[in-house]
Amino acid sequence: MSAVLQSLVNQPYKHGFVTDIESDVAPKGLNEDTIRLISAKKNEPEWLLSFRLDAYRKWVTMSEPDWQNVHYSKIDYQDISYYSAPKPKNKLASMDEVDPELLRTFEKLGVPLHERAALAGVAVDVIFDSVSVATTYKQKLAEVGIIFCSISEAVHNHPELVKKYLGSVVPVGDNFFAALNSAVFTDGSFCFIPKGVKCPMDLSTYFRINTEGSGQFERTLVIAEEGASVSYLEGCTAPQFDTNQLHAAVVELIALDNANIKYSTVQNWYAGDENGIGGIYNFVTKRGLAKGVNSRISWTQVETGAAITWKYPSCILRGDNSVGEFYSVAVTNNFQQADTGTKMIHIGKNTRSTIISKGISAGHSNSSYRGLVRITPTADGARNYSQCDSMLIGDQCGAHTFPYIQVQNNTAKVEHEASTSKIGEDQLFYLSQRGIGAEEAVSMIINGFCKDVFQQLPMEFAVEATKLLSFKLEGSVG
Amino acid sequence: MIDKNSTTLLSIKNLHASINTTEILSGINLTVKSGEIHAIMGLNGSGKSTLAKVLAGHSAYEVTAGSIEFEGKDLLALPPEERARAGLFLGFQYPIEIPGVANTQFLRLAYNTIQAQRGKDELDPLEFDDFVREKMKLLDMKPDFLDRSVNEGFSGGEKKRNEILQMALLEPKLSILDETDSGLDIDALRIVANGVNQIACKDNAIILVTHYQRLLDYIVPDFVHVMQAGRIVMTGDKKLAIELETRGYDWINADQHLATGVNA
Repeated sequence: MSAVLQSLVNQPYKHGFVTDIESDVAPKGLNEDTIRLISAKKNEPEWLLSFRLDAYRKWVTMSEPDWQNVHYSKIDYQDISYYSAPKPKNKLASMDEVDPELLRTFEKLGVPLHERAALAGVAVDVIFDSVSVATTYKQKLAEVGIIFCSISEAVHNHPELVKKYLGSVVPVGDNFFAALNSAVFTDGSFCFIPKGVKCPMDLSTYFRINTEGSGQFERTLVIAEEGASVSYLEGCTAPQFDTNQLHAAVVELIALDNANIKYSTVQNWYAGDENGIGGIYNFVTKRGLAKGVNSRISWTQVETGAAITWKYPSCILRGDNSVGEFYSVAVTNNFQQADTGTKMIHIGKNTRSTIISKGISAGHSNSSYRGLVRITPTADGARNYSQCDSMLIGDQCGAHTFPYIQVQNNTAKVEHEASTSKIGEDQLFYLSQRGIGAEEAVSMIINGFCKDVFQQLPMEFAVEATKLLSFKLEGSVG
Repeated sequence: MIDKNSTTLLSIKNLHASINTTEILSGINLTVKSGEIHAIMGLNGSGKSTLAKVLAGHSAYEVTAGSIEFEGKDLLALPPEERARAGLFLGFQYPIEIPGVANTQFLRLAYNTIQAQRGKDELDPLEFDDFVREKMKLLDMKPDFLDRSVNEGFSGGEKKRNEILQMALLEPKLSILDETDSGLDIDALRIVANGVNQIACKDNAIILVTHYQRLLDYIVPDFVHVMQAGRIVMTGDKKLAIELETRGYDWINADQHLATGVNA
């Protein structure tokens, strides 16, 4: 299988790239010239080029980490083209050209018809409706001083903000994949909520979907100034078929005094087929800095897609009384692998963190929770509560928990609970004895299991996540 | 409540069933008609609960011989959910907990599934709420039952009441109540028995599986069967249960030996 995977990893060009620099495609491989090219193509200021080069120079000295509980064949970083933007999605002429499997999925998920076309990449006029919707929202946001745009736009229109905060939470040399992202990121989202402003609506990357594909090295920066609050939704529940194998994104959140950032993700990247062939490697660095007093950063994620998910959305609780939260559901089926969790770094006094992790494994898949709770010597009165539950469906899958707890302050209180259960034959029998069919029964049990996390999601997302889970696990219980 | 117009609901013939190749049921014969209440008594391990689970279609048991007909149809050919939809209900001895699922959500899904099967209207959450609260009065249940997770953190008595509530909602043709009396104090027993009595009518039938005759003081059976080693060894009326209570199950063995002795 490794040869097959190898060939898949090495085929991000199957749509016929031309290695002509004039046509906006960089030759394969990564060196300083590539980075200068990316920066020049994007017409970037000198400081950003230095940022990238600094990251690159750190990256070449680093080696790919191998401590995680996932297995994949090595990626050849010199066999990837790092600039092909703006990369228009391959537009299809009509819905008839769309993969029927994809359409079936849309139907199951109840994705509205006009969105199906947009998501499947069909060039249809109706998608302009949502562009106008996005424009309306943008105006509304601008009125209260919120900046929500692509990071490339932000670099040009708000350089002082980007310069100040980019890399301030995830330093360029933080880890192998973050360094790679910092060197070569092409685009992503930028969001700035000024002092005292409560963002009047959930900000969704969906509103940006028509502007450009963000590519495999996405960069997101969210800043909430003093007293500001925002709920940010990332992703979409429809499967994103993508030929890029490696996705190494970086997300940085900064919350100043009394600010509140809630970041929700529903991830359903292509997971490979039922034999474990293909699928996205989702290697992401997400970190929030609760910089100010009483600030709060909350991560909620529902991870159902990708062949390999490897990410630890984390909180650095620097401000006194700051709060960090991590709510996660990770579902793996077939041959998917997930190694996910969080890091809660308590620095400020009376900082609090909560970790609720729910792992569900079916098929031949493997799911691991890996989390670090560190109470530093300055964090008087810090508290953490962690709960990690795993559910197994069938007997070919695995669930693992790797909690790391480091306490350097004896006033801290740290609690960790963990459980592993098999989806009960008894539960299924009970529900079936009340006339409830197997699929519905599994869906009910799973949704109950994930309730603590789902109730953290914005309403619409929660409904979609519920459907998505049922769909992911369809047929996994006989 | 036996009525001469009653119809045969359940017909079990020479039923043999095993778990992991160990035979538990060794030739059960039983006929249950509408309007009847049957009690099945016997010691632990005599096969009472196994019979209940086999009727409901639990996958751990293998039927090795015999037949079960439910309203003339082959019950063994149906998966558990279709048996339930056909009108067969099992009140569990140990009701199962389903964390995170609100009781009302579960009850409504079950109710609507059965309603759909019967070609009747399904209820939306508001309509169902009114409907279920009415039924809950029957069992003296507090409204907070609806919002709690299914059976999670319920006391023994609450779990059993929740079972009978489901029976009241689903209006099964045949209910098998597996040790519904176990773990109940006398007040709870009275409430549960009262609920069952109000549900019982000439169109349905009930099989009570129990150790003790005290339940039968409240729900009076038309027939009492005694199980032993996977078979029904004796059948009588309410008096048999009282006899058992006073003389113990050993009396049946003695009696059987006697009978065997006479025949020999």
